[in-house]
Amino acid sequence: MTVVLNAPVVADVPPAPFVPGPAGTHITIRGLTKYFAGWPLYENFDLDIPKNRIVSVFGPNGCGKSTLINMIAGLVPIDRGEILFDGKTLRDTKIGYVFQNYREAMFPWMRTIDNIAYPLKLEGRSKAEVDRRMAELVASFDVKFDLRRYPYELSGGQQQTASIMRALANNPEVLFLDEPFSALDFEMTLFIREKLQEVFMQTGTTMLLVSHDLEEAVYLADQVLLLTKRPTRVAEVLPYTDARPRTVETLSEPSFIAARKRSLDVFQREVRR
Amino acid sequence: MSALPVMPTGAPAAPPQPWAPPAAQASVAPPRAPRWERLLPFIGPIVLFILWDTAVRTGFIKALLLPPPLEALGALINGLWGGPLLKDFLVTVWRTVQAFLIAAAVGMPVGVLLGSTERAYRSVEFLIDFFRSTPSSALIPLFLMIFGVSDINKVAIAAFGAFLIVVFNSAYGVINARKQRVMAAKVMGATRWQIFKDVLVWESLQPSFVGLRSAVSMALVIVIVAEMFIGADSGLGNRIINAQQVMNVRDMYASILAAGALGYALNILFLLLERKIVHWSGR
Repeated sequence: MTVVLNAPVVADVPPAPFVPGPAGTHITIRGLTKYFAGWPLYENFDLDIPKNRIVSVFGPNGCGKSTLINMIAGLVPIDRGEILFDGKTLRDTKIGYVFQNYREAMFPWMRTIDNIAYPLKLEGRSKAEVDRRMAELVASFDVKFDLRRYPYELSGGQQQTASIMRALANNPEVLFLDEPFSALDFEMTLFIREKLQEVFMQTGTTMLLVSHDLEEAVYLADQVLLLTKRPTRVAEVLPYTDARPRTVETLSEPSFIAARKRSLDVFQREVRR
Repeated sequence: MSALPVMPTGAPAAPPQPWAPPAAQASVAPPRAPRWERLLPFIGPIVLFILWDTAVRTGFIKALLLPPPLEALGALINGLWGGPLLKDFLVTVWRTVQAFLIAAAVGMPVGVLLGSTERAYRSVEFLIDFFRSTPSSALIPLFLMIFGVSDINKVAIAAFGAFLIVVFNSAYGVINARKQRVMAAKVMGATRWQIFKDVLVWESLQPSFVGLRSAVSMALVIVIVAEMFIGADSGLGNRIINAQQVMNVRDMYASILAAGALGYALNILFLLLERKIVHWSGR
């Protein structure tokens, strides 16, 4: 055994103990740190995202709403920190992701139905299993357009419907939606919003929605996650508990208007800060 | 009923919300161009024909150097219709096809592989760019030393020139693949290999086709040059140079026109193939 005399003292700072979230937490984020061009975007960011709920992420421009869900979904590498799904890592978790730009998210060399079935193909499911799941999805989305077409032959709304179906094909535990309505016209936005709500009521899939439209964010949400300017922290988590299905009437109910107003107040406070 | 104005878009009274691809609707909706506009592409050739004819008739250019256009066209048609020109034409086509197939069969896989590991591409980028910028005809003597004065030589040098173009385009096709499609596959849990075969290869198809189209043109150019200067006894290049030596201008122009038609036809063929195979291109 060799011992170096008078060796410099090298000690590691003990890692912060992992603090689990409250009961019903699905995604636990601890000590998340992300630098952007040398500046901290997120620093020691902690967050608990509840299970079987829709959480809308809202905040000032450039606060990293999309970056946050991309980091959770593993699309953007993180510099430090830990993200766990029910205690598991991302590797052991099935997720679905809906991009804003459906045009560049679908694979134009596959027919639409093959696009939707692609996650199942990746899992190596049998033809019968794939067919059964496709029938289920088509029924629950009440698809009226021809899925044998190529994606570029469909309208924007149809393409986004298809990409949501693809994201849900393998029954993911979490569904990420990055401004899914921003490239759609109003009519399609309403339609897909209803579809999402229906799917959520059927399956209870945890959803994380990034939106730049406050009304939309509140309308779908169980919780509105409001972020500050960078370096980004949680400004407030506002619950919105109106019963589902929420409809167009919901938009004019006092509880909805109150929830939206509170969100707007927090948002404005953060923007001016 | 008949007094009603005709609707501009003829919507058929089919089942509710009949679906039609947007492209098909687009081609029906805009009013047709007037008939004379469809004749525009013919104006250029006709003007050239007239200028050519007048130049020869007025003696502006000696008939010894330039035959009247009708004679050249006659020689072209007679020659290709079972005449000796046909044999040389087919020899050139065959050499070009061989060179192209070698270039495509080797170049596309190599390009896609290089492109999918960007570090590998960066390490050979200079070589590819350098030899791509070197006129392949400058390498003819080098290839002469390696392959001798043979048929293989002409094919080999044309394949080499075409190969570099294919590699370059396929590699850049993969490197510049839409990042979001790669991310979409990744988020669905695709492995590196699955992303490669299900996304990157497909994304690279369109630029690869651009490469193939330039490559076939390059192969034709080099084959013709090689036929002229590497002791050939057949092929359009050989025919052009032989006709020039004995001042048989009619045959020379017929061969030149045949070479031009060949290049043009190959280009069109690849455009059609591209539209068929890369059906999503530009959508």
